[in-house]
Amino acid sequence: MRRTPPERAADYFPIAYPAFMLGLFFVVPFAIMVAVSFFRRVQGGFYEPAFTFANYGRFLSVFFGEVLVFSLVLAGLVSAVCLLLGVPFTYFLTKLSRKAQVFWLVALLGVLSLSEVIIGFAWSTLLSRTAGLSNLLVAIGVMDRPDAWTPGFAAVLTGLVYQAFPYTVLVLYPSFSRLDPSLMEASRTLGASPLKAFSTVVLPVLRKTLIATFIIVFIFALGAYLLPQILGRPQHWTLSVLITDQAVYQSNMPFAAAMAVFLVVASLSLVVIVAALNRKGAGQ
Amino acid sequence: MSAVWLKRLFLSALAAFMTLPILVIAGVALNEKKTLAFPPQGFSLEWYAQAFTDDGWRAALVHSVLVATAAAAISVSIAVPIAWFLWRRVAPWARIVEVLGLAPFILPPVITALGALSFWATTGFYGQPWTVVISHGIFFVSLPLVTVTLGFATIDREIIEAGMTMGADDRTLLKTVVFPLVRPYIISGFAFAFVLSLNEYIVAYMTVGFTLETIPIKIFNALRYGYTPTMASVSVFFVLVAVVVFGLVARFGDLPKLLGAWSEGDKG
Amino acid sequence: MSGLELNRITKRFGAVAAVDDVSLTVPQGTFVCLLGPSGCGKTTLLRMIAGLEEPTSGVISVDGNRLNSTPAHKRDFGMVFQSLALFPHLSVGENIAYPLRIRGRSSSEQGARVKELLELVHLPGIEQRAITQLSGGQRQRVAIARALAVSPKLFLLDEPLSALDAKLREAMQVELRQLQQQLGITTIVVTHDQREAMSMSDQIVVMSEGRIQQMAAPIDMYRNPANSFVADFLGQANLIDAKADGPDALVPGGRIPGLSLVGSGGRISVRPEEVMVTSREDAPIHARVGFIRDMGASIEIHLDSEGAHYVVVASPQARPDCRVGDTVGLTIPAEACVVFESGRG
Repeated sequence: MRRTPPERAADYFPIAYPAFMLGLFFVVPFAIMVAVSFFRRVQGGFYEPAFTFANYGRFLSVFFGEVLVFSLVLAGLVSAVCLLLGVPFTYFLTKLSRKAQVFWLVALLGVLSLSEVIIGFAWSTLLSRTAGLSNLLVAIGVMDRPDAWTPGFAAVLTGLVYQAFPYTVLVLYPSFSRLDPSLMEASRTLGASPLKAFSTVVLPVLRKTLIATFIIVFIFALGAYLLPQILGRPQHWTLSVLITDQAVYQSNMPFAAAMAVFLVVASLSLVVIVAALNRKGAGQ
Repeated sequence: MSAVWLKRLFLSALAAFMTLPILVIAGVALNEKKTLAFPPQGFSLEWYAQAFTDDGWRAALVHSVLVATAAAAISVSIAVPIAWFLWRRVAPWARIVEVLGLAPFILPPVITALGALSFWATTGFYGQPWTVVISHGIFFVSLPLVTVTLGFATIDREIIEAGMTMGADDRTLLKTVVFPLVRPYIISGFAFAFVLSLNEYIVAYMTVGFTLETIPIKIFNALRYGYTPTMASVSVFFVLVAVVVFGLVARFGDLPKLLGAWSEGDKG
Repeated sequence: MSGLELNRITKRFGAVAAVDDVSLTVPQGTFVCLLGPSGCGKTTLLRMIAGLEEPTSGVISVDGNRLNSTPAHKRDFGMVFQSLALFPHLSVGENIAYPLRIRGRSSSEQGARVKELLELVHLPGIEQRAITQLSGGQRQRVAIARALAVSPKLFLLDEPLSALDAKLREAMQVELRQLQQQLGITTIVVTHDQREAMSMSDQIVVMSEGRIQQMAAPIDMYRNPANSFVADFLGQANLIDAKADGPDALVPGGRIPGLSLVGSGGRISVRPEEVMVTSREDAPIHARVGFIRDMGASIEIHLDSEGAHYVVVASPQARPDCRVGDTVGLTIPAEACVVFESGRG
């Protein structure tokens, strides 16, 4: 079964069904969404075909500008914290025995697959006054009386890092586990302390992976929509929250669609950067 | 030696960070009264039982499991032919289909959700229970696509050629060699899609949010309209399902390899 | 004393002893090969010397200084890895300068030293090249240059030539030996290739199952293997069970006149080139030719007799006149035999 170009019509058959499904249920909805972003909203929750940039124009206000900046800063912060924790963690993880690695991976996958709803609920409980960590701190005498740490920016950040950390590790994992361990050892025998060897060999060798991971996690965090609502105040809402809000509660589909298109453009440009970086890496 | 302790401390702190929220929700579900106090006041397993006995929660549970099973089946049914075609055929244009399969997972989920909402509203099926099955099926194609593509990549083409020299035609090879080798990757792809669909909120919310309650939707509604320990017990149940499913994947397959590490033998 | 000294080194991985009670002295300036089949513990031993593994017990010392608790990066040894472990993100020059940079040497000193080392390994002027642009042999030399950058006390190489093709490997063996003699550096090479060990080293250490089987100069070891494992591993050997019979020894198919054994008998080892094929009727041993391998420069004849197997290597000048299936005579000179598990009378 050598790789051959498809020749007869029957050869194309296997790809026809996936192409049809993805075309109808992903490309078409996407196109509709783009189209709707140019439509005009009609009172009563509907919209009519039109070609207007008003929805995009509305987006260029101070309020949405602030939301956009906040979303980007938040995503960047989450991504940075995740890498800061995830890089040493993943390095240690790949040095563990196969059995211990499996244990951690199952746990990470378990957390990764948790619903944002559950994560939000768990952290709002953990940071609350009645059931939270502060009770623990009161019990051991660090604090005088329990305090509520949610809603707040720190709570949003913590929740998002919690959600994105397993994702970060799983993105880093292949590169770290395929890294030739003798590179680190060579560096040791050439006079570098473990920390020095890590910073002069492991990090530079994996530089492209690290940048790519930063961007992938950044996009992941940009998509957060529930945690900012559950753990934050309205000023902590991200673009994704506003899109949901406009689409479902304000019934302003055209505006929601315009924001979504903008989010896609932002995400896609980042993906293009990642792809370009990877191609450069493969060329070497 | 202090470096070793520092490393242990770091790993333990992260382990605590990962498990603490889950421990707390497991704890609050033990409260005797309808409160979310922690440490729990009194002890009762009633809330755990209620996840299955309360009509509303049980219905949501059934909905979630049905949707996840059907959606994962759709994901796999789309992903396997793509991976197979790319492995078997020289057809660079087919990469477009692959990218379409990966895109929903890479883009922020709200995009897929809004697209689905526009689509089902335009076609007039908005709110039909089966719409979420299809939308989830599309949303999670990426997961089996990644695992099954990896599965095909691990097949040594000489094995296939060996089969050909022994007289097997394409169909026989597919049935006797290729499929058995790829099967673990298909199963784990299904498992990934199943667990993630079970937990998915926004796509479900934007397609059937007002007509069909899945567990995440019900938990979110409960968050807004009054906490009950039942939502904690259901959450714990979901954590367990995820751990059991991935534990099974690890038990019957090589999890590190599925996630991109070299297999043990390759490491040398 | 100067040089490397290993005193009763043991390394356990769980219940398995990878290295089992090894003691070894390597005098300053010698070239030693650790030779053995894969899994014999030779690489583990080298890694312990480098500081990449810690011995379970025993003492490693260099020039009388105990090294056990000195971490790898403070030992000032040079090591060449099997994978070479060249840093892919650095150029050739940066790779070689790496140990100097780590030690905070000035960039002018780094540059001068890199230039000097590249000349030493016959690759002048390739500082700027990327590692990916080098051939296998060039990478090998760069890895060697990098390991020598700080003039290490000890030069360690783990299967350094295994990735090269046969011809290049032989050339590099000669070059490596010349380099070592030029620098006078104490060198330890791990290899599973007995030809490599024979052609490079002052001393060969044969290991098996974590233990040292024999340590000797190459030709001494070839002529006088300490046991049948060494005889078989280093070159080819006829390993034959022999019984004492007065002044002679009885072997399958006949006898070896003049080889008197102590006790009932033992195992003897004879190199194939010492055995002679003859057509004389009164030859002491008779055997049947099973297979002839003519390799141009030498001829290998495999023979069977009474369930035993003999190998003879003859030069083309002394080509024996025989064919597969013939029964021929063999002569084994008593003085060519090494006797194990017994002794000569």
